[in-house]
Amino acid sequence: MIPQPAPVSPILGKLSLDALPLHEPIVVATFAVVALGGIGLFAALTYFRLWGYLWKEWFTSVDHKKIGIMYMILGLVMFLRGFADAIMIRSQQALGFGGSDGYLNSHHFDQVFTAHGVIMIFFVAMPFVTGLMNYVVPLQIGARDVSFPFLNNFSFWMTVGGAVLVMASLFIGEFARTGWLAYPPLSGLAYSPDVGVDYYIWSLQVAGVGTTLSGVNLIATIVKLRAPGMSLMKMPVFTWTALVTNILIVAVFPVLTVVLALLGLDRVFHTNFFTNDFGGSPMLYVNLIWIWGHPEVYILVLPIFGVFSEVVSTFCSKRLFGYSSMVYATCVIGILSYIVWLHHFFTMGSGASVNSFFGISTMVISIPTGAKLFNWLFTMYKGRIRYTLPMMWTVAFMLTFVIGGMTGVMMAVPAADFVLHNSVFLIAHFHNVIIGGVVWGVFAAINYWWPKAFGFKLNEFWGKVSFWMWVPGFWVAFTPLYMLGLMGVTRRMRVFDASFDPLRIYYWIALLGAFMIAAGIGAMLIQIGVSIWKREELKDESGDPWNGRTLEWATSSPPPEYNFAFTPKIHEIDAWADMKAKGVARPTEGFRDIYMPQGTWAGITLAGLATLCGFALIWQVWWLAIASFVGVVATAIAHTFNYNRTFYIKADHVAEVEAARTAQLAALEKGAA
Amino acid sequence: MSTANLTGQYYDLHEHEHPDGYSTTLGFWIYLMSDCLIFGMLFATYAVLGGNYAGGPGPKDLFDLNLVAINTSMLLFSSITYGFAMIAMQKGSKQGLIGWLILTLAFGLTFLGIELYEFHHLIEEGAGPQRSAFLSAFFTLVGTHGLHVTFGSIWLVTLLFQVGKHGLTAANQRRLSCLSLFWHFLDVVWIGVFTFVYLMGALR
Amino acid sequence: MADHSHGHDASAFHATTKDYVIGFALSVILTAIPFWLVMSGAIADKQTTGMIIIAFAAVQIVVHMIYFLHMSGKIEGGWNLMAMLFTILLVGIVLSGTVWVMYHLNANMMPVKMDGMG
Repeated sequence: MIPQPAPVSPILGKLSLDALPLHEPIVVATFAVVALGGIGLFAALTYFRLWGYLWKEWFTSVDHKKIGIMYMILGLVMFLRGFADAIMIRSQQALGFGGSDGYLNSHHFDQVFTAHGVIMIFFVAMPFVTGLMNYVVPLQIGARDVSFPFLNNFSFWMTVGGAVLVMASLFIGEFARTGWLAYPPLSGLAYSPDVGVDYYIWSLQVAGVGTTLSGVNLIATIVKLRAPGMSLMKMPVFTWTALVTNILIVAVFPVLTVVLALLGLDRVFHTNFFTNDFGGSPMLYVNLIWIWGHPEVYILVLPIFGVFSEVVSTFCSKRLFGYSSMVYATCVIGILSYIVWLHHFFTMGSGASVNSFFGISTMVISIPTGAKLFNWLFTMYKGRIRYTLPMMWTVAFMLTFVIGGMTGVMMAVPAADFVLHNSVFLIAHFHNVIIGGVVWGVFAAINYWWPKAFGFKLNEFWGKVSFWMWVPGFWVAFTPLYMLGLMGVTRRMRVFDASFDPLRIYYWIALLGAFMIAAGIGAMLIQIGVSIWKREELKDESGDPWNGRTLEWATSSPPPEYNFAFTPKIHEIDAWADMKAKGVARPTEGFRDIYMPQGTWAGITLAGLATLCGFALIWQVWWLAIASFVGVVATAIAHTFNYNRTFYIKADHVAEVEAARTAQLAALEKGAA
Repeated sequence: MSTANLTGQYYDLHEHEHPDGYSTTLGFWIYLMSDCLIFGMLFATYAVLGGNYAGGPGPKDLFDLNLVAINTSMLLFSSITYGFAMIAMQKGSKQGLIGWLILTLAFGLTFLGIELYEFHHLIEEGAGPQRSAFLSAFFTLVGTHGLHVTFGSIWLVTLLFQVGKHGLTAANQRRLSCLSLFWHFLDVVWIGVFTFVYLMGALR
Repeated sequence: MADHSHGHDASAFHATTKDYVIGFALSVILTAIPFWLVMSGAIADKQTTGMIIIAFAAVQIVVHMIYFLHMSGKIEGGWNLMAMLFTILLVGIVLSGTVWVMYHLNANMMPVKMDGMG
């Protein structure tokens, strides 16, 4: 059966006033708050005449450091949205007992859990990880910028474009009600005739282009722009993990692109890839999307392993134990992540031989991961550990992640998975590895590299408050889910009938945990606010507040736009520690012109048009889709006619900046003496 | 050892910046590899769904191998002409380059024309992409290749203008080399298409 | 940047007319034979024909890689070649894995022969 398409106006497509969710008071109230906040922000920026500054210094900038910071801001903003969804899910599930309908209707609740998953993975974890790699990698390898600076700016704005589409779905139309991977046939036209799934498809397609290109960019950067002497086996571990991560990105995001494109074709052109009729196969979708989905988990966590490696060796003042085994473990995880995808759907009905292959390969992955944990432990062993915030997050990670990993191995047993599949045990497991791994790793990284980016440290007190709310809060929130899952409670439940009444207490405890986490997030925001307010007291002028070991600590904080006046030459792993040990003096004369990429309007313009195209495709406003797509192609071509994309920072200017730096360091030394 | 010596050992005091486009070839190649995976997935989809005719026509009823053979030869000719264009570029012959590029474009457009004719014909016969999973997979795989050829052609025209305007600058040579990789890469994909889709289809 | 162009050229390729002509001749032959095999039905057994044309395709892909894409371990310090081998590995995993998983599923889920749908 080919479903009859809904009437589509030639001018507005499916758009009409009905698309505004005026009948949902919660959404309307949210909209009012967001609109007021937005107007306030807009007014403030206009009043303080900041638009020109933002446009010139940030939006069109190709400086990898600024783009990195913008990624982190995007991640943080979307994190607040995603967490709001989480609190809504937790409270709905706590309330939906004893005949109560809770406060969210199913139409709304289903969108909330879908948006929570999509936002947290694609628009929180990915921007955080990409932002860290963007900021840190060029500094760690002694480069002036990434290989393709314009492309970097474009990638960032494409990611923003995807986030904008997800946010737009809150107020114009609706989001998918299918769960974060939008399995057909539920996500097919027959069962999801509205635009929710189209929002899902196009926001991920737009952001996916950005992610893939940023992966290409960082691989080329790491391969081509390393400082002289930095052979592969002398690269900092974070750069190594970034390399493997970006290889994975380039290798798997095309898979996601194809799968979503095929689903889109099914929805718009009524093809039969994943339908139940005409020979389509919904299970093919599940198979294909997990070929992307599993490596994606490692895309998120590998760079975080790199962060922990840097943090552990810095705060134990030792070289990382087993550097080369760390590198090999990273590569092995990269490859193995490609042959385990079926463990996400053991219950699909493939036979024993298929299931056991994928079960065993899944268990094998825990070996290199375990090796990494031992490396961190042995680095700490007999080290002089400084329990700063990054180190605290690292220890919390090690304790938490091991348990998350072990519950993962439990589910890798196909027979056990038949019991645990789609239960809240699974929910507890992946939050255990993603919060305990990725999120805390990002916090460790923010606390660790913040002084590099801004020239002052983050406030310790509020950081510790945040830590002590987050870590116990996590366990309070998710231990009940492990227990419920073992009892067989499935995920995505909105209300519970009377037979569930004895379980209500578990959901209340989980809600309490969510509130503790909310307090942790609040403390983190206060931490950032207080630190900016008291930045003079927290100032670090040395550029090396932690006695760091890798090259990013060799330059000033924040680094000059050219990063290094002279490119360092590398002789050892932990190049900066080596230079400090040998007492190498900074060069103070003989500066040369520095060749740098120029900012460009093209990235933000292209991404804006692409986002508009995505919006038009969602609502099937064909003329706009075609016009904006032609706009994308025309802008791209116009941009290629611009051959002057670089400029020289004059030696005089470099000498001035470096002289100020020399004076700053001399004053510091005098102060110390 | 004085620290001044060490400074020279640990900092590149006489560095030369990387030339423009230092990473371009590698970066573009990596992009092509990701494109290769796009086609890999489409082939995988076709491999799974290619037998699901849903009671409709199968490859034997639909494919005209004579047409496919002509189309394949168009792509092969465009490959060698693009190769000669690159040789003209290496010799510094702008006229030769432009001539060969135009010839390449002509072959490319002919290929697209034949493909569009084939698609049109299939749809006329009621064998459109909606008819069965087999046809959905067929149209998408072959159509994606066709889309790539289309964008390659647009790119080629752009480069014709740029070479005409600025001559054989280093930047233009680099762009021509990238398009060369792209164009020959599409050839390689087409080998997979004519073998797995058309020839193996006719054998079913 | 004329004075630095040697750095760029070191990793670029220098193709010759001879390369292209050899590549073209080989690919014409490698295309023509499979087409002829299938169109004339020279070999009665379809499975054998299938195997042969797949072999021809594999050889032709290698020919294109060498003569048209100028693949070698020397360009870009071997990174291009490595990227390609890795991609081939991944495409191999994805293709064979998907086919294995999906056919296994069909075998388990559908007692009816797949052709029954066609």
